[in-house]
Amino acid sequence: MYWEEEKECMSRDDLEQLQLERLQSTLFRAGTNVPFYRKKFLDQKIDFEEFGSLDDLRRLPFTTKDDLRGNYPYGLFAVPLREVVRIHASSGTTGKATVVGYTRNDINTWSHLVARILVAAGLTKDDVIQIAFGYGMFTGGFGLHYGAERLGASVIPISSGNTKRQVQIMQDFKTTALVCTPSYALLLADYMYENNIEINALSLKFGLFGGEPWSEAMRSEIQSKLHVLATDNYGLSEVMGPGVAGECRERNGLHMAEDHFLFELIDPKTLEPVGPGEVGELVITTLTKEAFPLIRYRTRDLTRFPPESCPCGRTMRRMSRVLGRTDDMLIIKGVNVYPSQIEEVLLDAEGTQPHYQIVVEREGRLDKVTVMVEVMEAIFFDQMKKQRELVEHIKSRLATELGITVEVKLVEEKTLERFEGKATRVIDKRTL
Amino acid sequence: MLRIRNLEVGYGKLKVLKRISLHVAPGEIITIIGANGAGKTTLLHTIAGLLRASGGEVVLRDQNLREYPARKIVGLGVSLVPEGRQVFATMTVMENLQMGAYLPMRRDKNRVREQLAWIIELFPVLHERAGQLAGTLSGGEQQMLAMGRALMAQPALIMMDEPSTGLAPLIVKNIFKVIVKMREAGNTVLLVEQNAKAALHIADRGYVMETGHILAQGAAADLLANQDVQRAYLGRDVDAQT
Repeated sequence: MYWEEEKECMSRDDLEQLQLERLQSTLFRAGTNVPFYRKKFLDQKIDFEEFGSLDDLRRLPFTTKDDLRGNYPYGLFAVPLREVVRIHASSGTTGKATVVGYTRNDINTWSHLVARILVAAGLTKDDVIQIAFGYGMFTGGFGLHYGAERLGASVIPISSGNTKRQVQIMQDFKTTALVCTPSYALLLADYMYENNIEINALSLKFGLFGGEPWSEAMRSEIQSKLHVLATDNYGLSEVMGPGVAGECRERNGLHMAEDHFLFELIDPKTLEPVGPGEVGELVITTLTKEAFPLIRYRTRDLTRFPPESCPCGRTMRRMSRVLGRTDDMLIIKGVNVYPSQIEEVLLDAEGTQPHYQIVVEREGRLDKVTVMVEVMEAIFFDQMKKQRELVEHIKSRLATELGITVEVKLVEEKTLERFEGKATRVIDKRTL
Repeated sequence: MLRIRNLEVGYGKLKVLKRISLHVAPGEIITIIGANGAGKTTLLHTIAGLLRASGGEVVLRDQNLREYPARKIVGLGVSLVPEGRQVFATMTVMENLQMGAYLPMRRDKNRVREQLAWIIELFPVLHERAGQLAGTLSGGEQQMLAMGRALMAQPALIMMDEPSTGLAPLIVKNIFKVIVKMREAGNTVLLVEQNAKAALHIADRGYVMETGHILAQGAAADLLANQDVQRAYLGRDVDAQT
């Protein structure tokens, strides 16, 4: 089953023509309407009017997360704000957040692309979809929501959290498809087993999971515990949100929406393309985005493109599940967190020295973050109240900055390990 | 059916088309919209072989049209309905139609007769005026004649340059209805129009040209919703709406 068969199964030849047409007009619009790109092209003496093939893309400079931050909030928009109908943003406050805008057409395209991955995963308009992704600035909730409505399915916009209620609704509303992070799916499964809820009595058939890295082992566990067909999907808010790529029922890699994005894999060190089938950093150029076009955006996600064609009939190439990151970004409960965000809060908070460590664990099924901060000895001796205040202050600042709650522990000076050269600030104890 | 990549055309040193890429699939109505001087007519004339490109490729069903003169390109299946009709004013309506069939006449006379019957079904007025001199027809009738003449060549691709120019709204509506009927009969249409709204309403996809570039392309419905397009070519003040 396909959502847009004529597109998802188009010949590679027709696809390349379409990509070229769209790339040329994207470069023209970005180079004309976005000062950042206009200047970048000018500085590097790049005449985008000379672009005649998809391979020419390699001559263009990359766009990075820092470029997005440097143009906070609206600097990279290619249309006036009055044409933007939606604004999403990543976690973080001023200077750290990345803000993306969508025109009405962008929302329409996004809905179609999400409908594509829903249909690829086996869903139809008869399904009842429980969306347990966070709604709000995060693109996960709204992205899936609009796609599911476009498909014509019945959408339950329950958002994340409140496990007991999730399960109650799943039972009462006869949910057939669950959309959430894979770790939350396992948490739901545990809850149901602990409370003797009969899984076979549920109507659940499908699970679409994304927002954080997971493994084949987790897939098997989810599938056997929840009795669902579990598929992986990929997206990032900078580029659009969910719908960038998604698995079909073969569950053997995620079909990329190549008619709306150009995907490259580069060696993160040499920045040259990697060989066929090799692992590299995913680089994405948008082809149809109106409000927020991106040229050669470095996602920092490591993946590979399996060279074989997929028996499902789609001609869109696949990417493997995300294999890792080329930067220090952490994904905590589906939220992207950079250690530098934490560092800035700590530096700002009175009485702390810039020695800290971030410990990430999985407590049960959920991620738990503890920030250990060294403080001056004085505080430890006499001022319990001051200690508590400091902890609360840092905690609330971090919650505002990151959008998630983290534990904060004060430790005595020089108790954290010192590193020569690059410090290992993050201890990630999670295993997938 | 038609695939254009990186087409470049200039008059002297002035580049009028800059790396134009577009495609037309069989059975589609594709419209090219844009302001005066964007290069729309130049594009059609280059496809038809009336102008020579300085770079790029124009491929119709595996044939590189750039290698052929205009008269051969008609034989390969491309007909042009020029801007301002340009019917043969001193010839009768029937003679004009027969001129359009000068190539297929040599191959299959029966097929030409069938085609003529279909064209008269599309434009009954041409039958009524068959013996009349083309120069005496009204603007709308001349436009229909020009379209009929182009169709007589049994083209794989029919290109129309501003068919609505200078015609009353009711007649334009009629002409556009016929274009839809042509598609229903399996024809493929490349339509250049200043009347962007009307064109996008009947087209499958569209390309928006500006100063020799393709500024945007996509499904006709998407272009209708694109506010750049609305402001520039649909004469709609986006702010006034809200």
